[in-house]
Amino acid sequence: MTAPLLALDGVTVGYGLLPVLHDVSLQIRSGEIVCLIGANGAGKTTTMMTICGRPRVSHGQVVFDGTDISQHPTHEIARLGICQSPEGRRIFARMTVMENLQMGAIVANTPDGFESDLARVFALFPRLADRSNQRGGTLSGGEQQMLAIARALMGRPKLLLLDEPSLGLAPLVVKQIFEAIKELNAQGLTVFLVEQNAFYALKLANRGYVMVNGRITMTGTGDELLASEHVREAYLDGATGPEEEVSIS
Amino acid sequence: MAYFLQQLINGVTLGSIYGLIAIGYTMVYGIIGMINFAHGDVFMVGAFIALIAFLALTTIGITAVPLALLLVLIIAMVLTAVWGWTVERVAYRPLRESFRLAPLITAIGMSIVLQNFIQIAQGARVKPLQPIVTGGYELFHQGSFSVIVSNIQILIVATTVLVMGAFWLLINRTELGRAQRACEQDRLMAALSGVDVDRTISLTFVLGAGLAAVAGLLYLLYYGVIDFFIGFVVGIKAFTAAVFGGIGSIPGAMLGGLIIGLIETFWSAYFTIEYKDVAAFSMLAIVLIFFPTGLLGRPEVEKV
Repeated sequence: MTAPLLALDGVTVGYGLLPVLHDVSLQIRSGEIVCLIGANGAGKTTTMMTICGRPRVSHGQVVFDGTDISQHPTHEIARLGICQSPEGRRIFARMTVMENLQMGAIVANTPDGFESDLARVFALFPRLADRSNQRGGTLSGGEQQMLAIARALMGRPKLLLLDEPSLGLAPLVVKQIFEAIKELNAQGLTVFLVEQNAFYALKLANRGYVMVNGRITMTGTGDELLASEHVREAYLDGATGPEEEVSIS
Repeated sequence: MAYFLQQLINGVTLGSIYGLIAIGYTMVYGIIGMINFAHGDVFMVGAFIALIAFLALTTIGITAVPLALLLVLIIAMVLTAVWGWTVERVAYRPLRESFRLAPLITAIGMSIVLQNFIQIAQGARVKPLQPIVTGGYELFHQGSFSVIVSNIQILIVATTVLVMGAFWLLINRTELGRAQRACEQDRLMAALSGVDVDRTISLTFVLGAGLAAVAGLLYLLYYGVIDFFIGFVVGIKAFTAAVFGGIGSIPGAMLGGLIIGLIETFWSAYFTIEYKDVAAFSMLAIVLIFFPTGLLGRPEVEKV
């Protein structure tokens, strides 16, 4: 097996003195969709942000494409081709949709490729093309999520990080976004996905990790995890947020 | 009527200078949320650099006025920008992750350092510059009163309009400006998009100092005398202008500068010159009661 595109190796992270991640190890190989599931506050978003250097790891390594990036500044990590659609979407509210996409294109650093990249994300999310001169802050939640993903794609990522792309969205939009992710993956994009919406995420992913209180407790293929008694109990039945109803529809 | 028009011309001239300095306050506030109290003194340093540059150019025999002005402008902008960059690097960046008041305190410290440095290096007396741009046009006269727009006033307003126009394009039409605005809105997301945030903040200080240098040169040409203390009064006025227009808003800073210049001039002309500062600051207080975020400022709350 080839070396993974991204590997977290024994990563421990804390905010101040409070440790959040304990000895987390995971691998993402080129062309895979890997998802990380877990309850609220388990450390999923922290894992995602740690890859980008915020916060920094206190122990362990983050290896991307053969280099240890755990001490790189955040903007240099982005420029290696790790593009994130972060928690809370973080749209530049006072910039137009087009300017947001131009911000995303900084990482790609190919002025000539901008138009074709733009056509590609507009084909994926036609709604954004209609809204291209509107300010980011005026978009609906679903449109902002599309914009956050589109912005990340404009960077021609080698690795796309998606943090809760389904959060707070209508079922139809969730479906649309997950289909878009699948399509991008079919074109060869590597995706690392954090989701509370475990059912959808596991169905989509090649492999998954389960996180509890800042530790990886389980790993397997998407189907294995879906079939697992423990995962079903903890994340798919009963104890669910409103998003889980989405997965039934 | 003639008197009013004359005061309007004077007010716009003064307002231009305030506006150029106010942009520096507002940009720094926009990007790192601190008031750079040393900015007025950077303006003062700019004025001194311009003065020294004039004397140096005269010594080496460059006396053609347009050429000298252009050279001085460039020299003053570049050297003052270096000062602005250094202030940020030395006094603010090490405290970036510190508590909110820390950079504010070092800013006041920096202000004192710059004032005292110039006082020691250049002396405490006022420094004169012989008039370089002279003459003017009489627009019309009413009885014995003639309305005059002097060449220096034309030069100040024209330079301000040009510089602000160029600056506007830089912020709104270039990738550099986009990165600057991105850092202003969400520094973390800007970093995740590959923007070097520290570099962008440095750039903000460099741009602000460059504009302050233009203001310093124009002030020097207009008043003909400078001393180490001008940065304090003019700086406070320009800061008031930035708050007036809505701190964080660049068009607001331009507008606020203009309004403060006009208020001050008209108050001196029609009421008492001693109370012109009181008038300007009172207007600020009144405006803030009705527009808490300033004239063009935006409320902090944003749709998430």
